[in-house]
Amino acid sequence: MKRSLLPWLILAAILLLLFPAVAEKFYLQLVTKIMILSIFALSLDLLVGYTGLVSLGHAAYFGIAAYTYALVSPAADPANVWLTLPLALAASAAAALLVGALVLRTSGVYFIMVTLAFAQMAYYFFHDTRIAGGSDGIYVNTRPDALVPGVDLANDLHFYYFVLAALAVVFALLAIILRSPFGRALQGIKANEHRMRALGFATLRYKLAAFVLAGTIAGLAGYLAAAKEGYVNPEMMAWHQSGTVLMMLILGGMGTLLGAVLGAFSYVLLQEWFSALTKHWQLLMGVFIVAAVLLLPQGLIGLHQLRMKPRLPRAEDERD
Amino acid sequence: MTEPVLVATGLGRRFGGLVAVDDVTLALTPQSVHAVIGPNGAGKSTLINLLSGDLSPSTGTIRLGALDITRWPSHRIAQHGVARSFQHTNVFAAFSTFENCRLAAQSHHRNFNRWFRPAERYADWNAAAEAALAIVGLAGRSGIAAAALSHGERRALEIAMALATHPAVLLLDEPLAGMGPEESKHIVALLERLAGDHAILLVEHDMDAVFALADRLTVMVNGRILASGPPEAIRANADVQRAYLGTEAVSAL
Repeated sequence: MKRSLLPWLILAAILLLLFPAVAEKFYLQLVTKIMILSIFALSLDLLVGYTGLVSLGHAAYFGIAAYTYALVSPAADPANVWLTLPLALAASAAAALLVGALVLRTSGVYFIMVTLAFAQMAYYFFHDTRIAGGSDGIYVNTRPDALVPGVDLANDLHFYYFVLAALAVVFALLAIILRSPFGRALQGIKANEHRMRALGFATLRYKLAAFVLAGTIAGLAGYLAAAKEGYVNPEMMAWHQSGTVLMMLILGGMGTLLGAVLGAFSYVLLQEWFSALTKHWQLLMGVFIVAAVLLLPQGLIGLHQLRMKPRLPRAEDERD
Repeated sequence: MTEPVLVATGLGRRFGGLVAVDDVTLALTPQSVHAVIGPNGAGKSTLINLLSGDLSPSTGTIRLGALDITRWPSHRIAQHGVARSFQHTNVFAAFSTFENCRLAAQSHHRNFNRWFRPAERYADWNAAAEAALAIVGLAGRSGIAAAALSHGERRALEIAMALATHPAVLLLDEPLAGMGPEESKHIVALLERLAGDHAILLVEHDMDAVFALADRLTVMVNGRILASGPPEAIRANADVQRAYLGTEAVSAL
């Protein structure tokens, strides 16, 4: 992460920590939802923004963890977080490993289509079978239990901080990994995979590891979404869901972690605002995103660099 | 005579009906420069792509020491000490000059499972990158984005990236392409020094450089070897003069 974004990161963290003190219940739940989508967007950013793998089927791993949680939860009692969460993450990771091992042999537009195809397979698997309520979806009547004295995830305030902690952990984990040799290799693959192979990197392994890690983090978001809503349905893994999170990333700015979070916040808040104005909110959203892409090719996070640029010649951007 | 380190035997590659490389046999020995010359389209770059594993051969074998590497993928060949440079500058333009070399050094160490410690804290890799930059004369440019380097500097960076992996064999595809006389002189001197402890395959159009550096010369035309031998023999070879060098070049010799 670029050092100059650090003040903004600290500011965002403080605002999120203090937000519940002033928020009404509706906004508390809204920001909880946005933070979950931020985790989802961060996971996709690892693939698209840092490894150069444009997946249009990322919602599959979001949905698989959600379904795993719903299917293993007891009918009446709250599920144990520390049992169901690892199980849900493992399910998403396994699916990502399986799909990744196949799709990473393709690239470019083929990669986009094949990831989409696998996600649609997962979608129709849950849509057209009776395994988990088919197209109607399945309810989970209680929030999971973290089994920590004084923590009650059924309480929206506690759940808010639980999600915020998850977001902070994911953000920090990705920030650390991206600075590591492994993370540098991913960024090299994004820049020029052929050159990386010529240097001696077995790039397929790196891409597969990134794909599995991204799928697992998407699974965390899916688990939290299912726990929050108490409801899971096939739409969670539909292609619009994959498309929406990709649009969040484009809007916020891919290739920066803060951009992914900013994208999730701006997308959902704009959606709220536009849909209050008109029922044709998608039209406004479309225009907004096209305008944002044209004016800010690096996404909203580019506003920050725009201000910096005149003082820094381009060549020195990389100087440490 | 030292044992050859990289040996290609009967190497061929066809693309559909086109035979780009046909029955090429050559050997690279340590501490020597083997230059490959020939007109455009003679198959020189394809030859490098075959030796580096970027392309897999249709016929023939490639041996690296005692290993048969004919079907190996490029990253595995690179891991075994065969580094290449590209005819068209192929560096990570957005990364700093230093990071280009640091990444190259990283590639030859266990790094896949290193997910937590920042990459800059691996002192060995930093040292290898700095040493490689110093050898090619880019030590003072390490903080600059590769995109901001001059053409000649980027060509030098190509070589530095190869050196950061501590290779035994260097496959250099037109390292002097597009360089001015001063820059060329600098790279020729560099290659002279590198020949002291590497086996070098040099594909190059600059005949002054080729005859200054080469211990052995192979002339390729239409994918085949027309002649191969010490530079003096090639210079005197009537076939070569007629088929490739042309009257203009002959007078230059």
